[in-house]
Parts: sequence; structure tokens; C-alpha cells
Amino acid sequence: MNITLDADKCCAAGQCVLVAPEVFDQRDEDGIVVLLDAAPPADQHDAVREAAAICPAAVIQVHE
Amino acid sequence: MTPSPASPAPTAPSVAAPAAAAPALPVQPPQGCPFDPPAEFARLRTEAPLSKISLPDGTEAWLATRYADIRAILGDTRFSSDTTRPGYPLSGMTGGATTEHRGFIRMDPPEHTRLRRMVTREFMVKRVEAMRPEIQRLTDELCDAMEQRAGQEVDLVEALALPVPSLVISLLLGVPYDDHEVFQRLTGTLLSRTVGHEERESARAELRAYLHQLVSAKEAAPGDDILGRLITEQQVPGEITHDDVVAFAGLLLVAGHETTANMIGLSALTLMRDRETADRLRAEPQLIRGAVEELLRFHSIIRNGPRRVATEDIEIAGQLIRAGEGVVAAVPSANRDPEVFADPDALDVCRPNAQHHVAFGYGIHQCLGQALARVELQVVIATLLRRFPQMRPAVPVDEIPFRSDMAIYGCHTLPVTW
Repeated sequence: MNITLDADKCCAAGQCVLVAPEVFDQRDEDGIVVLLDAAPPADQHDAVREAAAICPAAVIQVHE
Repeated sequence: MTPSPASPAPTAPSVAAPAAAAPALPVQPPQGCPFDPPAEFARLRTEAPLSKISLPDGTEAWLATRYADIRAILGDTRFSSDTTRPGYPLSGMTGGATTEHRGFIRMDPPEHTRLRRMVTREFMVKRVEAMRPEIQRLTDELCDAMEQRAGQEVDLVEALALPVPSLVISLLLGVPYDDHEVFQRLTGTLLSRTVGHEERESARAELRAYLHQLVSAKEAAPGDDILGRLITEQQVPGEITHDDVVAFAGLLLVAGHETTANMIGLSALTLMRDRETADRLRAEPQLIRGAVEELLRFHSIIRNGPRRVATEDIEIAGQLIRAGEGVVAAVPSANRDPEVFADPDALDVCRPNAQHHVAFGYGIHQCLGQALARVELQVVIATLLRRFPQMRPAVPVDEIPFRSDMAIYGCHTLPVTW
């Protein structure tokens, strides 16, 4: 799995951080998404797919 | 305003004949089922997922009832949130029906993005998580006071559901809590669907005067809070004006109050009536996060929008929506769509995809304060379950005044005892 972000579209809802905190974070100055691990281990894959599915601004692309 | 009727696209579902006036937005829950959305939504999802409704001023708008269509509309910025655009379906909107001094939720990018990003960090997950102990402390204090009233009839809305979010948002914004009665009264009037035009306009003017005074006081002595930071970091360097700070204050105060308060009341009542689920949450407190997502989905308290206006001709599920036509998204209908949620009318606190709900909206306008709302709900509901296992409604459920007259559903009062 490989993840890319289109952070310019991010609206800082924070749902990805709630679902996959080991993969996503928010930057301190404005809450915009930060990718902690662009190629997360298998045990994170379901959480990452869920984060991509619920991201309100469709920022997270998952390549498998 | 809204041009109508539109020429139907070839694949258009059948809608009411052009001669007949379109029906109004459904708002009444089914008889005896105060937790269910209007029954009409289930028929519309199958028969006419995009149908025309009449707004109170006689103009028409599209009503979207399916989950996929609502995500498509709210996720597409060609559907504008700008209330000043011709055709925007303002009629029947409550608190935000003004086009003047509108907050960023009534704007489109790039202005929306610029303003929203001035406050996003205040509500980011780690900032809100850091407040959890304080939210727990406030909740415990209010519960201590309630415990003194054991055996009496207590209005849970007044004793707990409203004070928690009110105290929290007052603290965050830097608003004196002593003022809460003023803005609770005024926001209550603004969000009512049944108050007259004059009363609403007078409440709007009074709230504006209050907020103006509040921001002026903050300008003189900015504190370590959201309004203080907006003034020192944005207003002083000239990024925003005094009026913009007033608009932020109004938006955050109103949004931070009624929504969470009504979710607390409805959730508490639901769990008093569903002993099996309440017992399960007491036995397995780690389920509370998922339970809150499911309660958000199940109750879907936003009953009057979100609303958009199409900025160009756009086809949604085979229906052409023309530039300048308004759309009302029925969030409660999306969240009970059986295409997405299995057995959607059941409350299942372990529902695997509960968080796919659109109770906070969808798209770039999705609720800014959602992390805060989640923590408040988790703390308050878990604390109520733990400390008041015997709590029950003090009156029959059909005597509880539900808020089908308001833009945000809930209970006006919730008499309980234990």
C-alpha cells in the first residue's frame, strides 16, 4: 500500500487522525493533514482505507 | 429566485405534475416514533431521490434524500454555499438566513478556505483530546449537583445537556459564562422555525449587538482564547476586520451550543429506553467511541439542510440540476439509507461503518468542531451511564416536547428521575 495526499484540499476535519492515528497527524499551525507513514504496514491497511473513505474532502489516495 | 419548473432530463424520475405545488420539506417524525426521520424520506429515496419541494416563500428547491447523491452534492464545490448567490434557497433557513455578516460557512473557496483555516487548529484532534480532562471535570461537577436532587424531577437539558457544551465553548472563545442565558435565549429564537420574522430579526439584532460589544471588550484586552488569538494574530495585522471577528464569534457560539446539547439529550433518552445497549456500554466502556458515531448517525439532528445552489448545470444520479437551482440535503435520510447502512433504523453501537454517517455534513464545509463534539458526547454519555444507571424519563415519552419546530432536532426539555 502506498498513500498520497492532496493536502491543499484538506479541510482539517481530523477524521483520518481518529481512524488511523499511526498514519495521519495534523500540523500544529492549522490542523492540515500530515502523512506519518506513506507505506504503512499491513495491520494499518483497513484503517487507512476507512480514513480515505470518510475523508470529507477526498484528500487521501490509496494505491494498492 | 429559483427558476422552476426545470425541464426534466430524459432520465428524470417522475416528480409531481407541474401544475401541483411541490410539497414542503418533511419535518415531522412518524407518529409514536420520535427518533425516526420523517417517513416520507424512505419513499423518496426509492421513488424520487431528487424531488422538488416548496420553500415557505413559494420558491422551489431540489430535495436530495439518498446517501450517495448527498455526498456527491456536498462534496462538489460547483454546488455553492454562498448565500448571496441568486437562487440560493434561503427561504425557511433559520439562524443563518441572513446574507449580511455571514460567517465562512456561507462562503465558497478561496474566501471560505482562508477564513476556516484561521480557526481549524483550535479544533484539531490533539487540541481537543488535551481538553478531555477539563470536559470530564465540568461534567462531573454538573453531575454532583444533579445527585443532590435524587428522587426529584430534573430537566436533563437544563441540568446537563446544555451547560456542558455551553461552558466548553464559552471557555474556548473566552466568553464570560455569566452571559450564557443571553445567547442561549437568542440562539433559541434564531433557530426556531416557528417564530415570526420580526421576533427573529429582533433577536438577530440583539445577538449582533451583544457580540459586537464582546469583541470590542476583547480588542481592549485580548485573552488566551480563540477570540483573543483571532484579534491579535489576524485582526491586528489587517487580515480580517472587527466585523469578521464578530461573525466568527456568532458562528462558533451558535454552532457550539445547540448541536451538542441536543445530541446529549436525545442520546441519553435513547439509552434510557434501550436498557440492553446501556448495560452493554456500562460493561464495555471502550465501546463508547463507536456508540457516539452510531448515535450521531441514528439521530441526525440537522433537519433543515445543509443547502447549496448549483453554479452550473450538473447531473446527479441522472437528474439534471440547472445552474441557479437550490438543493436541500436531507442528512437524516442519508444516514438511514439502506444502501449504505444495514438495518438502518436499528441502533447498533457496534455498527462497523457508523462513522460513514454525514451527521457532520460532507465536503469542505464538514463540521469544524466535530472532534470537540465527539469528546463532549463520549464524556457526557459515559458519565451519565456510569453515575446514573437508574435514570429514566419522568413522563411518558409522548409528553416529551420534541423539537420538530426547530432546525436542530432534539428535546426542548427532558424530565428525568432516578
